[in-house]
Order: sequence, then structure tokens, then C-alpha cells
Amino acid sequence: MLRLTSGRLGSLLARCPIAALTTSSRVRMESQQSHEVVETVDMSRPLYYDRRDTPLPDKPYTDILSDADKSLKQKEKGPWIQLTNEEKITLYRLMFYQTYAEMKEPKGEWKTVVGGIFFFLGFTGLVVWWQRIYVYPPHPRTIDEDWQAMQLQRMLDMRVNPVQGFSAKWDYEKGQWK
Amino acid sequence: MSLPKPVMRGLLAKRLRFHLPIAFGLAITTALVFKYTVTEPRKKAYADFYKQYDAVKEFNAMREAGVFESVRPSGE
Repeated sequence: MLRLTSGRLGSLLARCPIAALTTSSRVRMESQQSHEVVETVDMSRPLYYDRRDTPLPDKPYTDILSDADKSLKQKEKGPWIQLTNEEKITLYRLMFYQTYAEMKEPKGEWKTVVGGIFFFLGFTGLVVWWQRIYVYPPHPRTIDEDWQAMQLQRMLDMRVNPVQGFSAKWDYEKGQWK
Repeated sequence: MSLPKPVMRGLLAKRLRFHLPIAFGLAITTALVFKYTVTEPRKKAYADFYKQYDAVKEFNAMREAGVFESVRPSGE
């Protein structure tokens, strides 16, 4: 956490060292985690991504082509009618990782989300219950039943909202609700 | 492969021509419905209340109940 904030402070002071700070901090993080091998992603260069709203990523999926792939790429420069269907599919898979159909496949993520929501709601309920027993102070006396009754009687005596509201619903002759 | 050229202009005007009458109509309808279901009955309720209102009687009833500080109930 501290390393991230130092990166942000660096960006406030000077624009240039951002990349140096973040990459160097990331390298430092990797060197301290000697039990894991993490690949550094150079975010300053174009990246490949599968996104439904952006059809053409910044770079093709495969950069390193084998000799067969290279000759296929040369054939791609000619008229495409000469390519067989398998070659077209190979070229597509070289350029892209997932098709739109594969990207749009339902992953069932909503079940995790809804389950997580209910779990945390339940946990919050337990926390609130504990608070009611151990944290809340005693009730103010204005919540007691007899105080509420006295309050209601006083409101009727004062003729609160006599036209359409509160006292309009009380029958003053009979002493009961209409 | 010769597709017709898509419509390039007047898109906002077309949308407004469709949606503005609906918007105005809904707004005016809402206002009229509110007027005749809420404000007119309310005005009538107030008028009827004050036709039969005896202020002195009400004042004496409130005084006897003890809610005033300037006049206490007649017994004290």
C-alpha cells in the first residue's frame, strides 16, 4: 500500500518518473516475494485485450510466429480466396485469443456476486445484533408506552392538523377514532 | 455489397419530433391529474372545515385540556 501511494506522490511532483517509480516498485515487490515468480507486464507498450466494446486490440495476440505461421502470413498478403477455411481459422487465432462468442459466454459471475451480497448482509445483521446487546445505550423515556400515550393525547388536545390530517380522524364527541 | 447510405443528419431533430410531444403530454397530464385528485379536494376540505368552524368553542376546548400557557383551565 505504501509503495502505491509513493508512486502517486511521485506523479504529483513530476510527470516523468511515473513509469520508473511504478516499474521499479513492482520489481522491488517481486524481488521480495522470492517464493513466487511473477512476470512483469510492461504497461508502457501496447497490450492485447479481449473486450466486447473494443473490437480491435492494440496488438495481435501472437507476436512470435513459427516458420509455418510466417509463411501463412505471407500467403495472407495475397488474395484471400486462396486461403482454405482451416488457414483462415489459424490466422484468426494468431490475431485474437477469444472469439466474440467465447467472450460473451455466460460465466455465472452473478451467482458469486449475489451470494457475496447475501453473505455480507447476514454478517452485518450479526454485527448489528451484537451491537444491540452490548453497545446501545438505554432507551430515552420518550419511547415508553405511557409517554407515547400522553404525547398522543396532547397532540389531540392541541388540534394538530384538524382539517385533513391527525385530529381530523379523531371524533371529539365520542372520544374515539373515526 | 452496395448498401444504402445511412442517415447522417437530422437525428436529434427526428428524436425530438417523436419524444417532445410525448414528454409535454405526460407532463401536462401529470399536472392535471394532480390538480383534480389532490389540490381541488384539498381546497374543498379546507372550505368545508371553516364553514362550520367555531373558533371560540375550539379555543375553550383547548384551554380546558391545558395546552396553553397564557390561559390556564378555568378551574385553577
